[in-house]
Amino acid sequence: MAKSPWGQDVPVHVAFYLMYVAVIAALGFFVVHSVWHRYYAKPEEFSGSTPAREVAKLPEQIPRHSLAARLFHWIMAVSMFTLLFTAFLPKVGVEFDWVKYHWMAGVALTASVIFHIFHASFVMDFWSIWPDKQDIHDAINRMKRFRGEAAPPPRRFAKYPLENKMYHMSIFVTGLAVIITGFFMLFRIKTPLFARNSYMFSDMTWGLTYLLHGLAGVSLIALIMIHIYMALRPEKLVISKSMVFGTLDREHFVQHHDPERWVVETK
Amino acid sequence: MAVIRDVMPEFELFQPATIDDAVGLLDKYGKNAWVMAGGLDTFDWLKDRIKRPSVVVDLSQIKELTGVRELDGGVEIGAMTTLTSVVNNPIIKAKFGLLAEGAEAAASPQIRNQGTIGGNVSQDARCWYYRSGWKCYRAGGNICFADTPTAINREHAILDAERCVAVSPSDSAPALIALDAKMVIRNKKGERVVPAEEFFIGPKVEITHMTVLRPGDLLVAIRIPATWANAHFYFEKVRDRPVWDFPLVNIASAAKYNGDNIESIRIVANGVAAHPVRLVQVEAAVTGKPHNAATADEAGKIAVEGAVPLRHNGYKVPLLRNLVKRSIRGVEEPKWV
Repeated sequence: MAKSPWGQDVPVHVAFYLMYVAVIAALGFFVVHSVWHRYYAKPEEFSGSTPAREVAKLPEQIPRHSLAARLFHWIMAVSMFTLLFTAFLPKVGVEFDWVKYHWMAGVALTASVIFHIFHASFVMDFWSIWPDKQDIHDAINRMKRFRGEAAPPPRRFAKYPLENKMYHMSIFVTGLAVIITGFFMLFRIKTPLFARNSYMFSDMTWGLTYLLHGLAGVSLIALIMIHIYMALRPEKLVISKSMVFGTLDREHFVQHHDPERWVVETK
Repeated sequence: MAVIRDVMPEFELFQPATIDDAVGLLDKYGKNAWVMAGGLDTFDWLKDRIKRPSVVVDLSQIKELTGVRELDGGVEIGAMTTLTSVVNNPIIKAKFGLLAEGAEAAASPQIRNQGTIGGNVSQDARCWYYRSGWKCYRAGGNICFADTPTAINREHAILDAERCVAVSPSDSAPALIALDAKMVIRNKKGERVVPAEEFFIGPKVEITHMTVLRPGDLLVAIRIPATWANAHFYFEKVRDRPVWDFPLVNIASAAKYNGDNIESIRIVANGVAAHPVRLVQVEAAVTGKPHNAATADEAGKIAVEGAVPLRHNGYKVPLLRNLVKRSIRGVEEPKWV
């Protein structure tokens, strides 16, 4: 908090120790998840199966991410890493001309997200990444079974498991928060994009903008650490590779995904 | 506007007798410790109650931090050496007159008797919005009050401004950079030597500090190598009144001539950015050329390329241009255009 020239208490930015909180939270998640997965998690069990004759009709490699979707993901990843490093390295004592690289990466992220929104809305199956009733129903059953209560096994996933969908929602909220606040913050610095205008908002609104930008930023530290951890887990490598090569192998597909919920073009 | 009170807020005062003790204290108290040299910057901050350190480490009792010593044809100046001692030192006068001129241009005789070379290069920005305690960028906030349409910014930056538009107020700093001085910094981990050019940093790199000094660091000495001894020097400071004032713009240059041509040169301006600016493009453009009016004109034009004046400091553009011209050509043909 700070005192404005008019005596008003205004927030100026997030408390930067929260970046350490975010790192510790993510590391805590790694430990808890690893222990749970190693000692407590039950083997995956799904209801339903795909008949062999239907499996035979499927291609050996199931297309999961188009080239455009993969390019978006990696451009977003590079810009997100640049944003996080340029934002937080100076806070841990690595000093450099960070603002220039930060706003440029922010513009790249914004452009890639705008592309993604259009691409997802008009080219991809827009609803495939959002949780549906079946996901909620299955999640409740999975929870009951984990606790030892009687419940039928969940159906196999659609294109994306619920965990993917939840993660996407988290990134959607935090990403949108940094992008929208970051867009307005571009007016506070010298760029070739806009004429500087520090007066479009009141001190309080600016303060809250900086605060929200920072909060979303520190949240992204934890979210991205968790994303990398999950991507590198042995049982998830098949999915991670699909973000590089674009496809899943058929065995993984029929074991984890329901062809009725994720319709794949057959041979 | 902050009001100077007659007493300072409470703090714990340490007066170590050795560098090791001082470094130990700075390491122990970290961000809570304030390093006091001559006290001329310190007491403003403390009496205004803008800075409220819990510990003040007064360096005045450390004898090893004072004095000028010859070193490999150059000199080593203890950080606590007063500006008057620097000005009057026969070796500095004889070999590095540029620094003597710069130090003599600082403030007033009384202040130079008390002010130290280390304090002069480490002093904080003189922006009154910052000094008044507003939570501006330099104070850790998210706005520059000096860079607004109604701000009083006559003394502020025209070059290299990035969010904060305050300027470095040091007179000895440009001379030290022109002489390729090295700053000797000590902390608990050991000693590091930083070129003067890299000692001063701008807001692009770190907006809340003007130098590379961080909590725990102590500037112990400044070494001037023999490289530019007895070169052709030029120092000029323009200020609102002829004494006891900070520079509007100052310029320091060290040049070596080969006949009429400039063989090599270092030119540094201060008061135009948050750090002393070495004009490397000017140096490159004039090297190998005669030091005459034509070269000076060209240098002046290059010096102000990219300058972005604020509402009230447009005069600094021709001022810098002309000071650069004079540093190349000398004062015998001043052209105030």
